[in-house]
Amino acid sequence: MKGVFRRVAPQLFTLSAVIVLVSMFFPSFWQIVYVNDRLVGIPIDIVKRGAPVALLAIGMTLVIATRGIDLSVGAVMAICGASAAWSIDQGFGIWAALGIAGAAGLICGLWNGLLVAVFGIQPIVATLILMVAGRGVAQLITGGTILTFDNEAFAYLGSGTFLGVPVPAVIWVLTGIFFGLLVRRTALGLLVESIGVNLRASTLTGINSRVLLIAVYMGSGFCAALAGIIATADIRGADANNAGLWLELDAILAVVIGGNSLLGGRFSILASLLGAMIIQTINTGILLAGFPSEYNLVIKAVLVIIILVLQSPRLLPQFAVLWSRRRTSPQTKTLRAAMTEDRP
Amino acid sequence: MFRRTLMASVAVTMLGAVSAHAQTIGFSQIGSESGWRAAETTVTLQEAERRGIDLRFSDAQQRQENQIAAMRSFIAQGVDAILVAPVVATGWDSVLEEAAEAEIPVVLLDRMVDSSPDLYLTAVGSDLVHEGRVAGEWLVEAVNGADCRVVELQGTTGSSPAIDRKNGFEQGIAGADNIQIVRSQTGDFTRTRGKEVMESFLQAENGGADICALYAHNDDMAVGAIQAIKEAGLKPGEDILVVSIDAVPDIFLALAAGEANATVELTPNMAGPAFDALEAYFADGTLPEKFIQTESRLYTQADDPAAQYEGRKDLGY
Repeated sequence: MKGVFRRVAPQLFTLSAVIVLVSMFFPSFWQIVYVNDRLVGIPIDIVKRGAPVALLAIGMTLVIATRGIDLSVGAVMAICGASAAWSIDQGFGIWAALGIAGAAGLICGLWNGLLVAVFGIQPIVATLILMVAGRGVAQLITGGTILTFDNEAFAYLGSGTFLGVPVPAVIWVLTGIFFGLLVRRTALGLLVESIGVNLRASTLTGINSRVLLIAVYMGSGFCAALAGIIATADIRGADANNAGLWLELDAILAVVIGGNSLLGGRFSILASLLGAMIIQTINTGILLAGFPSEYNLVIKAVLVIIILVLQSPRLLPQFAVLWSRRRTSPQTKTLRAAMTEDRP
Repeated sequence: MFRRTLMASVAVTMLGAVSAHAQTIGFSQIGSESGWRAAETTVTLQEAERRGIDLRFSDAQQRQENQIAAMRSFIAQGVDAILVAPVVATGWDSVLEEAAEAEIPVVLLDRMVDSSPDLYLTAVGSDLVHEGRVAGEWLVEAVNGADCRVVELQGTTGSSPAIDRKNGFEQGIAGADNIQIVRSQTGDFTRTRGKEVMESFLQAENGGADICALYAHNDDMAVGAIQAIKEAGLKPGEDILVVSIDAVPDIFLALAAGEANATVELTPNMAGPAFDALEAYFADGTLPEKFIQTESRLYTQADDPAAQYEGRKDLGY
């Protein structure tokens, strides 16, 4: 437990810092009220709006741990959302819609996995294919329009609440716990890390790296399907052009802010999820601050650069050294004592 | 959608082949980039059929070279006139000159080109600033002097509809000191962002209690925002007035349900005024104005939104 805390400490610190920053602009940040059977407040909005990126980040963490990358997740979201809306529109009911959307995500993942693991195509190129083509597939499913539907049960997944908590937040937390247990309570996490560090050596030691790689991409596709279902249920319609647009980049950013190396190897899903929440806190904070919209992306970029520089592997040990010196060195202590004495 | 327009255009072409004296007009469409564009194609085909015009339709799939090739082929076929919805503003000089030499009048639809106005007969389009102004003037009338704090959902930052519709609205409410825009943020013209940004507006404005009206640069953002207002426990259309622009079918459902208050139409019927101008030109050589502005009609809950929805839902939006 202590090890986990040490691993995510930088992310927790960053998240707190961003929250403090937003609170300065918006003092009633923590004000949460209970209206109409739902909790309403800025933190609630953050965990709800952060759901798609958090879900994508879970799958992306595993893919990146294998030294891969999945650029197609945004397009897969659009495909799965479109499939779900189409099924509802056809009158198949909610369970069929969920099944079809989930299957669509798994098939997209299988396609990526086959290209990477069997045909040996570089992951960035292999998944780029679906990133570009996927939106076209989604448009074919919706017929080029925003496919709207009227189904309260399905809409519940996007805008409903469970014990006052928004359902999307419940879904990403449960998915995170599921994947976390799956990789840490079994050897799967270790095996994923090992093929990320050295694919050939792992294969030689008897790991079925091909199947594992395909499974990891399918996991990413499944997470994208959940995100697509939430996005579609949220607006009660499938918008093939805009659902999940550019979210693959936010998901990769969440993984990177989570301190995971793009070169594969050791990973932490929890840290990636915190990364996703950091990004969403920035997004929501920008909206609340009320700056002209021309500044949105600039502010976000500046904050992300600061976060990444502070977390950089070159700088982090320096901070640690500085911190321990400040705590131990006798000169600092006397200096500090002198300063406090001087105060009237 | 595409198949339907294709079949319709084949049908129209065959019709024209039988009655050889009918006017032949070529139409080079950009492609099917949006629901509105698809509706424009459908309405153009309907208008042509109604007037007995033999319309030759060409889909450029968002490429200028396809449009230029289509226009050259229209010129070679010796059509009576050419309608073109130009995908970009530049690079039309030579093909427009070719059309002028062949004495074929060209009418621009919806978008402008930077060529000399002598090279085309007229351009039909909407005035984005005017649309915003109509929305603003409606709000001034609707609140009738009461204090009103407005939140604004802008289109994609830097796009011309976002800039012009923002300016137009500000012109519309100019002079009414009781109305002020308190928050303005981009919703990227999408439902998802419209809903997300509206949620933050509601948070920031005392749970929505301090907001009197929402102005959205397009209907899709308004539809998303309406859901956000409902989820916050408020009644859109009553607690918060909703006015937006475009008049797509889904906003009429909201109007019919009393959840939206007004929308300003960006009409997909650009071809109607174009055909009118061409008819007058062919009849006695009347030269139309160089820019024909389409009507930016305001629809409210009083305009039988349910019937409007029925009339629009099959246009391909």
